[in-house]
Amino acid sequence: MDPLVTFCLRMGDTTLILGQQTAAWCGHAPVLEEDIAFANMGLDLIGQTQLWYEIAAQAEGQGRTPDDLAFFRTERQFLNAQLVERPNVDFAHALMRQYLFDAWHLPIQEALCESGHQAIRELAQKSVKEVRYHIDRSRDLIVRLGDGSEESHAMMQGALDALWPYAADLMAIDAVEQALVGIGMLPPLDRVACAFEAETAVTLDRATLAIPGNGHARTGGRTGIHTETMGYILAEMQQIPRSFPDARW
Amino acid sequence: MRPDPDTVRGWLGKVPDPEIPAISVVDLGIVRGVGWEDETLVVDVTPTYAGCPATLVIALDIETALRDRGIDKVEVRRRMSPPWSTDWISPEGRRKLLDYGIAPPQLNAANCVGMLSAQSAACPLCGSKNTEAIAARGSTPCKAQFRCRDCREPFGYFKAI
Ligand SMILES: [Zn+2]
Repeated sequence: MDPLVTFCLRMGDTTLILGQQTAAWCGHAPVLEEDIAFANMGLDLIGQTQLWYEIAAQAEGQGRTPDDLAFFRTERQFLNAQLVERPNVDFAHALMRQYLFDAWHLPIQEALCESGHQAIRELAQKSVKEVRYHIDRSRDLIVRLGDGSEESHAMMQGALDALWPYAADLMAIDAVEQALVGIGMLPPLDRVACAFEAETAVTLDRATLAIPGNGHARTGGRTGIHTETMGYILAEMQQIPRSFPDARW
Repeated sequence: MRPDPDTVRGWLGKVPDPEIPAISVVDLGIVRGVGWEDETLVVDVTPTYAGCPATLVIALDIETALRDRGIDKVEVRRRMSPPWSTDWISPEGRRKLLDYGIAPPQLNAANCVGMLSAQSAACPLCGSKNTEAIAARGSTPCKAQFRCRDCREPFGYFKAI
């Protein structure tokens, strides 16, 4: 596959799956404001997905639409980072997953504002402003709940222990990115991992949370290897369009 | 009949934003270009938020409004760059927001985007500047919830972006 298509799918699949998981909080979050916040962020992420899929579909040139890419690919064809497919479990897990994602999403969007590819650059210049609001919220809540009651601290630490190994998948770089950096379509991405480390070190410290030190890392999502939860997410997300493929509103 | 772009802009100034009908799509600053390409009237529109559910409705409302004015061929195009900013909301749009009960966004959005704590809002009901943010998101993605410490009323604040 054209590295540009692969890269756009890696980005778009990651925002789509998180958007889907986030939208599931609508009607279930512990307080109304957070219910609305999660639902609204899901909208932002799904809107960004649409832009990524448009670039991918155009580069691919096979006449597929963003909806085709979202609803008519199988698990192994999805290239999202494994972090975003981890289950909602509880509010602590959802929030920690969001924060770790945001801590990567902001620096990569900032980097992509200098992409040599016009549509990617425009996408990033638009999305980065939304992403700044996302991390403003998740960072604030991580600190409040991490450095909160004994119970909230324990829940946040448990979520961090469970999810930290998956953060590496966000920053996994292979020949796809290297090829795009080589032709100037992407800026060098090493600074994204540096920014992620700096952001999480400061914020998790303020939240009195300890980064797990065992060095375990789980990767593979960006090459189509997924965890056991992924099939359930796709089943729910794709069920209607697959049952009624030509249905129109 | 090919009305000139200023006339068309005047018509679009009466097309309400679907989520905040007090202001028009022109007040909102999302109409970025109006012009004729042969027999087709092309309107360039920039989305507010990437995932704003109103985007499709806005395109349809613009098309409908222009058809009602007797223009047969209308094309609404999406323009992504430069990205929309709340700084583009017109002074009249800001006044209409305030009258509607929504505090308008802080200007120079680039300096405070993503930092709600760096933004302040005067109460649209009593004018007091003694207000506080209570939630970063409100009834639409573009608004935060604030509360006035003087008259005690809650209100929506249009976040700078
Ligand atoms: Zn007041």
